[in-house]
Amino acid sequence: MRLDIRKTYKLFIGGKFPRSESGRVYPVADSKGEFLANVAMASRKDARDAVVAARAAQSGWAGATAYNRGQVLYRIAEMLEGRREQFVAEIRALTGKSDRQANQEVDAAIDSWVWHAGWTDKIDAVAGNMNPVAGPFFNISTLQATGVVAAFAPQDSALLGLVNTIAPAIVSGNAIVVVSSGSLPLPAITLTEVLATSDLPGGVVNVLTGKEAEIAPWLASHQDVNAIDLEGTSNFVELEIQAAQNLKRVIRKGDFARLGSKGSLNHITNLMEVKTVWHPKGH
Amino acid sequence: MFEYAPAPESQALVNFKDSYGHFIDGKFLKPGKTYQTINPANEKVLADITYGTEKDVDLAVKAARHAYEKVWSKLPGAERGKYLYRIARIIQERARELAVAETLNNGKPIKETRDVDIPLVAAWFFYYAGWADKLDYAGLGPNPQALGVAAQVIPWNFPLMMLAWKIAPALAAGNTVVLKPAETTPLTALLFAEICQQAELPDGVVNIVTGFGDTGAALVGHKDVNKVAFTGSTEVGRIIARQVAGTNKKVTLELGGKAANIVFDDAPLDQAVEGIINGIFFNQGHVCCAGSRLLVQESIQDELLKKLQRRMESLRLGDPMDKNTDIGAINSKAQLKKIEALVKQGEKEGAERWSPACVIPKNGFYFAPTLMLGVSPANTVAREEIFGPVLSVMTFRTPQEAVTKANNTEFGLSAGIWTEKGSRILKLADQLNAGVVWANTFNQFDPTSPFGGFKESGYGREGGKQGLAAYLKGGY
Amino acid sequence: MQPLSPEAIVGSRITNQSLKRWLHSLPGVDKVGLEARAASLGTRSIKTSSKAWALDAAIKMMDLTTLEGMDTPERVKSLCLKALTPDPTDLDCPRPAAICVYGDMVKHAKKALGNSGIYVAAVATAFPSGRASVPVKLLDTKDAVKAGADEIDMVIDRGAFLSGNYLEVYKQIQAVKEACKRSDGSYAHLKVILETGELQTYDNIRRASYLAMLAGGDFIKTSTGKVTVNATIPITMLMLQAVRDWYDEHGVLIGVKPAGGIRTAKDAIKYLVVVKETAGEQWLTPDLFRFGASSLLNDVLMQRQKLKTGNYSGPDYVSVD
Repeated sequence: MRLDIRKTYKLFIGGKFPRSESGRVYPVADSKGEFLANVAMASRKDARDAVVAARAAQSGWAGATAYNRGQVLYRIAEMLEGRREQFVAEIRALTGKSDRQANQEVDAAIDSWVWHAGWTDKIDAVAGNMNPVAGPFFNISTLQATGVVAAFAPQDSALLGLVNTIAPAIVSGNAIVVVSSGSLPLPAITLTEVLATSDLPGGVVNVLTGKEAEIAPWLASHQDVNAIDLEGTSNFVELEIQAAQNLKRVIRKGDFARLGSKGSLNHITNLMEVKTVWHPKGH
Repeated sequence: MFEYAPAPESQALVNFKDSYGHFIDGKFLKPGKTYQTINPANEKVLADITYGTEKDVDLAVKAARHAYEKVWSKLPGAERGKYLYRIARIIQERARELAVAETLNNGKPIKETRDVDIPLVAAWFFYYAGWADKLDYAGLGPNPQALGVAAQVIPWNFPLMMLAWKIAPALAAGNTVVLKPAETTPLTALLFAEICQQAELPDGVVNIVTGFGDTGAALVGHKDVNKVAFTGSTEVGRIIARQVAGTNKKVTLELGGKAANIVFDDAPLDQAVEGIINGIFFNQGHVCCAGSRLLVQESIQDELLKKLQRRMESLRLGDPMDKNTDIGAINSKAQLKKIEALVKQGEKEGAERWSPACVIPKNGFYFAPTLMLGVSPANTVAREEIFGPVLSVMTFRTPQEAVTKANNTEFGLSAGIWTEKGSRILKLADQLNAGVVWANTFNQFDPTSPFGGFKESGYGREGGKQGLAAYLKGGY
Repeated sequence: MQPLSPEAIVGSRITNQSLKRWLHSLPGVDKVGLEARAASLGTRSIKTSSKAWALDAAIKMMDLTTLEGMDTPERVKSLCLKALTPDPTDLDCPRPAAICVYGDMVKHAKKALGNSGIYVAAVATAFPSGRASVPVKLLDTKDAVKAGADEIDMVIDRGAFLSGNYLEVYKQIQAVKEACKRSDGSYAHLKVILETGELQTYDNIRRASYLAMLAGGDFIKTSTGKVTVNATIPITMLMLQAVRDWYDEHGVLIGVKPAGGIRTAKDAIKYLVVVKETAGEQWLTPDLFRFGASSLLNDVLMQRQKLKTGNYSGPDYVSVD
């Protein structure tokens, strides 16, 4: 008999896998309450570092061509498909779902990546427009990513809710700092391994595990965060108040469904800015 | 030798009542506790205005809710549109009266109210009228639904225009509204109430409650409003964002700005000068998207400033009712004090202040068009919104430096680019974090064109289909 | 300040190449912005005393013009008499700056005007097309100067300009300037007609303005009045910017003359507003600003009568010319 090698579950910041700077971990139990793994418990400083990494990565990611971003997102779907078994196993262990149910969740997660991948180069075609202004001007409205998004994945979904939190943010060129479900974090960490091998630039997605309630105020009040997705938070009223400090765009809890194999364009555009450019027309 | 004789517009074109109550449920109520609204150009009292209470607000919201449920939401879009077209036409018919009223109450030149504000007001209603029966095409799926009652609080810098930006899309989308005009500029909103009566708009669809900040707060905080739309300072925007936290009120915030107007050495210089002038002195600089930071490429600084200063010398400051006045009155004593204090602070921090020789009228609130030269990015006048005719001048050497400096602000409403090089415009337009980018022009507005900011300049857009979506379920 | 030589201004020996580099380095003109500024100045409201001043100024700055194939000495004489006494009911009415005629009419105009102080301007250089050989153009010019023309309104070679042959345009202007030299060593005043309606773009107009100023033109003039698009407010504003900037840079004052299509007092006043607010009051003199017009005078006279009497006047109350 051979002793199996267990995985050390760490954070994902700036494309790297650090432990929490605080050195803290917390035990994650399976659906029956048995110990499953120790997971890093992110601190406010980890959140701070993640925002710095996200900010550093954002303009490059937004500046990549839409075609390129689409391919990267599709690549994530490919890599997820290839590691399906691992996700199924983790979802089953954490949630007690059947093999079929767990596979369905992975299917939906993969399909959602594919759905989002196709949007990168179509958002402007659908949500942007030329404006026929009453004057000799060329005038066009396009959408661009709002910047750095802090997000809290739904607590009751191990993988799909997380995917439907990350994908709508990064599809347009945002960078995200996402806090996974506190009790169901393992697929989140495995997903970072998928992301790390999908040509996604380091820092575009940063994943923190730990206590949402501990990290959330630091992200909600962070002045260098442009938008906040409060889906997985409990103290969302107070957080929205804090987010007002620099007028973050706020996605309220329940604004968008997270458990489908498709997202919503409105969710994507809520994390974007309409920019209108004018130029005179004349010889 | 060629001095322009005074060419005053006739005040007789408008008749204000001595006092005004709120306009609720299609009727003007009796005035309650009142305050005086004045003409900032000469500090003369124009009318007594009711200071709205929480009870007044509640009454208005109830009227709006009732009208929404019983009448407005049941009306086919095409019929709603017809009301808006009617309103647009009446505004055109009464355009000169409205222009005079706006100038008297706001202090901005009649030239601007006549040629910019009021024509845009009519255009806004005309544009959104056409949307009312085409909501299926707004990009939100079939049959998108209105939100319900919209609470709208607007500023004093473009009183009637801001009203149009708020009310036209709200009504087109099928909402009813309660609007609070700014305390210093309520009169055109009250004239608009008359227009609603003339258009036979169903009672309660539009309600106007006058008053101060606490009146607005009561409106925003009312538990039965579904949408909050605010234009004003970032400071108040923050308060509103906190106030609505945890509710499901949808919010549009149009807040402050500190726009960079970037002039490259290959710019069409004479037009750039006009753009700079228009960017900062239009409406006395009381414009949230004003180009209040001039970023000029170092190599043409002297040439540009010389042209700019000469052009500033031709600006005519004075009686807003004079058709030849370019710069009118500052809207209030408080605002004038704020401008004065910020400019003093700028001087204290080492900036050099320059204004052309101009006679400041004895009565009323006026501030000469002003350049702050030698400003560094750390100076107060380079960072804080002054909301007055004050331009802070800075330089840059490379396009990247221009972008970095332009984006180095908590605001992100607008930006200007002046260069003859097309590829540079397109690259800069990508890089500037601003909701509106004017290339080789500035301060252009159109109902078809979305307007609104990044970052602390607020969220949501007004104008275009985006401005319509802000009043529909499923839109942002 | 001593005026710089053209070589010093261009920064090199004058060649087509150096002229091209110099002209193409001028700031571009944004059409929409220029026209918006012109339109905004058009909304200035000029009333009472300022209107009275402007109406008189417009007359004083007028080149009263007749440039028809059917012109006769008799007709020119009648126009000159009109210039001498524009409004017989008001002997305080100012006189136009000049009478503008074809070269062969100069002697008749001179005779009629005598030493009244009203100048005689002659169009020359195969006006209006300019399509003749250079010797013919020069002879045309010399002929008019010899006949006593105080001012010469020449046309530039638009074909050469549009084909990029700036040197040819430049040389012709210089040659015509020399042809303006009188036997006593003085020069007839040279106005250079750009024919802006044929240059079409504002960038071209700015470049042609600079070329004309470099070559020694005393005035730059918009149009012959013989093409579809003649003087417009934006074009005049652009040329005023050019002379203003030229004065700033080189200390030399150049005049501007819009011509063609200015028919009403209201239009003329708009032009004066543009002069005041673009180049400055310094240019509000017949030495630096002229209107080239034929029918403008009567409308201005009617407006003067209205200001004086308070009643609207009619065409029967001013003389037909």
